[in-house]
Amino acid sequence: MRTLRDTWLIFQRSVTLTLRNPVWLIMGLLQPILYLLLFGPLLKNIASMPGFPPGGAFNVFVPGILVMTALFSSAFVGFGLCEELRGGVVERMRVTPMSRVAMLLGRSLRDVALLLCQAIVLVVLAIPFGLEINGLGLLVAFALLALVGLVMSPLSYTLALILGSEDALAPTINAITLPLLLLSGVMLPMSLAPSWLQTVATFNPLYHAVVASRDLFNGAFGDRDILVGVVMMVVFAIAAVTVGARSFSRAAA
Amino acid sequence: MATERIIETRDLRRTFKAKAGDVEAVAGVTLGVAAGDIFGFLGPNGAGKTTTLRILATLLPPTSGQATVAGFDVARRPDQVRRQIGYVAQSGGSFGGATGREELVIQGRLFDMRKGDAQRRAQEILDALELADAADRPCATYSGGMRRRLNIGIGMVHRPAVLFLDEPTTGLDPQARARLWEEIRRLRESGTSVFLTTHYLEEADALCDQLAIIDHGRIVAEGSPNELKRQVAGDVLTIGVTGDTDRVVLLLRDQPYVREASLQDGLVRLYVDRGEEAVPHVLRLLDGHGMAPQTMSLHRPSLDDVFLKQTGRSLRESAA
Repeated sequence: MRTLRDTWLIFQRSVTLTLRNPVWLIMGLLQPILYLLLFGPLLKNIASMPGFPPGGAFNVFVPGILVMTALFSSAFVGFGLCEELRGGVVERMRVTPMSRVAMLLGRSLRDVALLLCQAIVLVVLAIPFGLEINGLGLLVAFALLALVGLVMSPLSYTLALILGSEDALAPTINAITLPLLLLSGVMLPMSLAPSWLQTVATFNPLYHAVVASRDLFNGAFGDRDILVGVVMMVVFAIAAVTVGARSFSRAAA
Repeated sequence: MATERIIETRDLRRTFKAKAGDVEAVAGVTLGVAAGDIFGFLGPNGAGKTTTLRILATLLPPTSGQATVAGFDVARRPDQVRRQIGYVAQSGGSFGGATGREELVIQGRLFDMRKGDAQRRAQEILDALELADAADRPCATYSGGMRRRLNIGIGMVHRPAVLFLDEPTTGLDPQARARLWEEIRRLRESGTSVFLTTHYLEEADALCDQLAIIDHGRIVAEGSPNELKRQVAGDVLTIGVTGDTDRVVLLLRDQPYVREASLQDGLVRLYVDRGEEAVPHVLRLLDGHGMAPQTMSLHRPSLDDVFLKQTGRSLRESAA
């Protein structure tokens, strides 16, 4: 059917173009590696503090870093679209019979594929640091990361389509990602936070994604948090993709 | 035999909301384009050319009014219109990081061509536009003229009935411009109707079969370039005489072939119907009165004169 075919065409195109200019890919990989090497070791001592979730420092830290990488990797994809907008590419594609959903999904799936590659590299590098993994948990965790990408990437493209230029886009994306990051327990687990802050965090879907990821890495499959995290991310992802596809249909500024 | 109209609009309007108040970019445009013509929309920047073009290309809905392209209403059946048209915006349409071939192939595939067909069509276009050597380089490395040709090629992949070109030669050097004009004429030869916008008088004059001159969202004149130029005060005959210039003006004004006679900067300016026929008459007349002109020049009317007549402004000066 048309949407699938067009999505595949745009996905292929997007991957080809990204591989031709892998600057963003490399930068995206560098950030989590630095966190791993330069911040991770600090956590070894905090792990023994009361309120710190079980599992050992790295099994608490790495899932958080994975979500953070997924967040930042997908939140800034709008910049690439700004360049395409300026070049008239989006307009040109709108004057074709192609599926509007495909315009978004082809690009977002490329973003998800990239962030999963980054996640794999990160996990592999973290194992010598003491990360313990289990097959099933890892797969579901990766699915969660894909969903994070499917929320942030369409959102980023929507903002790019509305705002039009990089100047307006940068502060807007930063204003959104910073609180999302701080309230998700990525850097330090929210269980260390005062109760009022923990309550605020529960409204952040990324918080639930992080909690679910930690459970998955620790093999705590019975935990209800996993279900909550997955369902929440699925709902948000569907909403984000719908809004994103609609933005591609509407007239560019 | 009436020629089929490939584009038709009726009282087309488009208003934009802005903080300082609503702007009516297109204020009631009614026009018709005959199939197989190169139709030009000439006007200064901000006249509403691009907005009208975008409405016809189904990128913008009209606020009111109707437009039909290739037999389909742009508001009701935009999907069908899109299959019949190619659109090349001023911003281009191709992505710098992609190669020319990649852009042509994906365009074909988005129009439901199979991979093989799309690749063959891409090669056909690359050869026709002399881009074959550069086909597998990123199109950011192309020259301005090459990039424009590629963009037009992209618009033509699916062999549309109408090609919309927004200011196709802006920013090109004269050689590239002439080259592109040839390309556009070749398109017409192959049966494609072309609707282009421009603020270049020479382009409208040289290229277009029919023109509409637009200013502030309204059409102020329409017809073929020659018809439009003839509508104005005719040819301009400028004569330099010594002596009683006022008498010369009065004398010439009464002549039947002179529409208007005036004095400007010490020169007698005549608007005549056919300059080349008027010259011998004028010479004989002046000679009969013992006057001989010292200088004489015949100036064909330009589209700028047409614009000047309709709007009171010069198009050349309005072009920012």
